Amino acid sequence: MKNLLNCHKGDKVKVTKINAEYNLKQRLISFGVMKGAEVEVLEHAPRKKTIEIKVGKMRIALRGEEAELIEVEAA
Amino acid sequence: MSQNEMNRQPKVCPIIANHIKIALVGQPNVGKSMLINSVSNAHLHVGNFSGVTVDKTEVLFDYKDYHFTVVDLPGTYAFTDFTIEEKVTHKYLCNEDYDLIINVVDSTNLEKNLQLTSELLTMNKKIVIALNMSDEAAKEGIEIDEKLMSELLGVPCIKVSAAAKTGIEELIETVTQVYAHERVESKLIFSEAVEEEIEKIVAFLQKHHYDANNSYRNVAINLLQNKEKTYQRISKKAIWTELQPLVVEAIHHIELHHNTDDLKEAFAEEYSAFNKGIIAEVVRYKEEKKEEKTVTEKIDNILIHPLYGIPIFLFLMWGLFQLTFVLGALPMDLISGFFDWFGAAVGSTISNEEVRSLVVDGLISGVGAVILFTPNIIILFIGIALLETTGYMSRVAFLLDGFFHKFGLHGQSFIPLVTGFGCSIPAYMSARILKNDRDRLLTLFIISFMSCGARLPVYVLFAGAFFSEAVAGNVLFAIYITGAVMGLIAAKVLKLTAFKGVDEPFVMEMPKYRFPTMRLLFHTVWGETKMYLKKAGTFIAGATVLIWFLSNYPHNVELEKSYTAKIEQAQTKQEQNILHNELSKKELEVSYLGKIGKFSEPVFLPLGLDWKMAVALEAGIAAKEVIVSTLGVLYSLGDSVDAQSHSLKTAISKNIPFASAVAFIIVIMVYLPCFAASIVFTREAGGIKYFFYLLAFTSITAYILAFLGYHITLLLGY
Repeated sequence: MKNLLNCHKGDKVKVTKINAEYNLKQRLISFGVMKGAEVEVLEHAPRKKTIEIKVGKMRIALRGEEAELIEVEAA
Repeated sequence: MSQNEMNRQPKVCPIIANHIKIALVGQPNVGKSMLINSVSNAHLHVGNFSGVTVDKTEVLFDYKDYHFTVVDLPGTYAFTDFTIEEKVTHKYLCNEDYDLIINVVDSTNLEKNLQLTSELLTMNKKIVIALNMSDEAAKEGIEIDEKLMSELLGVPCIKVSAAAKTGIEELIETVTQVYAHERVESKLIFSEAVEEEIEKIVAFLQKHHYDANNSYRNVAINLLQNKEKTYQRISKKAIWTELQPLVVEAIHHIELHHNTDDLKEAFAEEYSAFNKGIIAEVVRYKEEKKEEKTVTEKIDNILIHPLYGIPIFLFLMWGLFQLTFVLGALPMDLISGFFDWFGAAVGSTISNEEVRSLVVDGLISGVGAVILFTPNIIILFIGIALLETTGYMSRVAFLLDGFFHKFGLHGQSFIPLVTGFGCSIPAYMSARILKNDRDRLLTLFIISFMSCGARLPVYVLFAGAFFSEAVAGNVLFAIYITGAVMGLIAAKVLKLTAFKGVDEPFVMEMPKYRFPTMRLLFHTVWGETKMYLKKAGTFIAGATVLIWFLSNYPHNVELEKSYTAKIEQAQTKQEQNILHNELSKKELEVSYLGKIGKFSEPVFLPLGLDWKMAVALEAGIAAKEVIVSTLGVLYSLGDSVDAQSHSLKTAISKNIPFASAVAFIIVIMVYLPCFAASIVFTREAGGIKYFFYLLAFTSITAYILAFLGYHITLLLGY
């Protein structure tokens, strides 16, 4: 299954599922990262420890481990 | 109270009738505090990262016949209780008494902001929407039809710009009108599936004539969203037994419709769909959405580059401390010259020797020693203000999270830690952005490793005393970096022992880069500087006088007599001077301060610290600036006769061995923050027991490290 972590820089994808536990999921949703949202991968920190994504007009930083929980498909 | 007075009271009341209490709500970093600053003449702290405002603040102002109270609430992305700030906001909105909500939204990112707006619209409150940053939106080619938007939402929307101060008047005017009229139901609508369920519940409530305190639609929505308060009320009624299965079924339908088992997710999707519709109607993009990179993206390509990002950050920090030292040193001679002149001028007008010594050696030299470092402080504060207001801070958190994570810290810990370089008190407060209690406590414990601005004078003093001007800036940078590294190691130790547990997720907004206005920079820096100077004039002055008293009394008459005789017999001027110094030194040793110092000296001796330095450190617990003023008093007393070594810097390099200075600096880097900061720490950590943990933790660490520092320096042959 493709997830946000194994996307490449510059990829534009669509969120299909969020496998995070309750709190993290609410957090992501409140940032606009929810089912159906289009996400662009902007930048990776060294060794993909953190990645920067863009949802709508908002830039969000999140950890690799968390990006891994977000399932995506090609937009 | 007399009859007359009681009769008069109602006449005062009409003022209260025109009192409007406003809750200012919005997502983080949309400029709520800045809007208040523009509306009133307040100077709330403003920055460009989420979580500048961590507690609610009230601002009062008058407009026409109205008295306004605006409550600036911490930013919140949605009605979740993820962080303490969000809890503060949520609790306030649900439980407190206020007249209306001003929902501040960022016009350049309307879709995301409306997510919170739609949640607010389900509340039974009057709302005015402030479309902030409208000037920026216009620049980006975003056109918002606010008339249509007001129409579609059923709530007035006003274009404003807190930065350019436009639309403010109209906003306030609208607020007074909304206040004066009845609340109108908003036009927020859900998908058909949800609307159907709402209708069913509304019909049921109508049929049973439920005695609601807001509209039936509102009650239905609240029930579907699991709103605690609504349940508490309705579940006590007899109709509940029939209503409950209806609600359960409705929720089940909605979850099915959204293919999720999470109601919040379902509603988030509902709001999002509604907002997309609104956006499609009211927002127009002037030119074709340009594919070329925005300024922020261009800057980010450099600043958060996987390879150069961290070196660039370190270079910028190094540059800041170089500037702090080099630029800060320029006006120093002028300031110290002024205080010398001022002390002498004032001294010559006072005939009483005791009073003269109090004013000149105590007050003026002590306070002067602290004021001397104002230029350094200003430069440091400018650096921190730039970091806060440009949006760079979040980038560094992004870059450092991987590194911080290794030490058990959270990337966002960086924000309170950097704030800690300015002052520990706001740093302790800003740790609230961390959701997880363990992460927050861990961060609280190591904030004091980030040397605060008040410690800067001590470092500048010692760096200047022991190193040439060319390297002193580097020494300063090294001290700060060493402090930070020690903090990281301490964090690791604490994480492995006291704060074991799972890691908090790292999800953080990266704000757009903004160039702060000069006005904003000026107010931020001036505010901080004023506080520093005010402290110097009040608290520090008081402490200095106390130190002066303790170091001058009790007078030892015997000692004085025997030396006076000796000095009189002395042949040369030089001999007289030596005797004079000897007397001062001995007098100091028998003073109260000398006694305190001597009493604690055995503890400090293994660190190579004599009693004077011990006293300075003890005084530093009150406030770190007092360390410098205490040294100022102690060394000016001992040396006042010798005009050559009048400057404190020379006195220190002459009297303190290098290894002892190293130990002294290490203690200052690590030991307990000042009194005021300790109180805030205790409050934020949530109990007095944490204060004792902090006391034990910092004291033991400081002692061990200073001991090592002293002996290693000796071994190296310095």
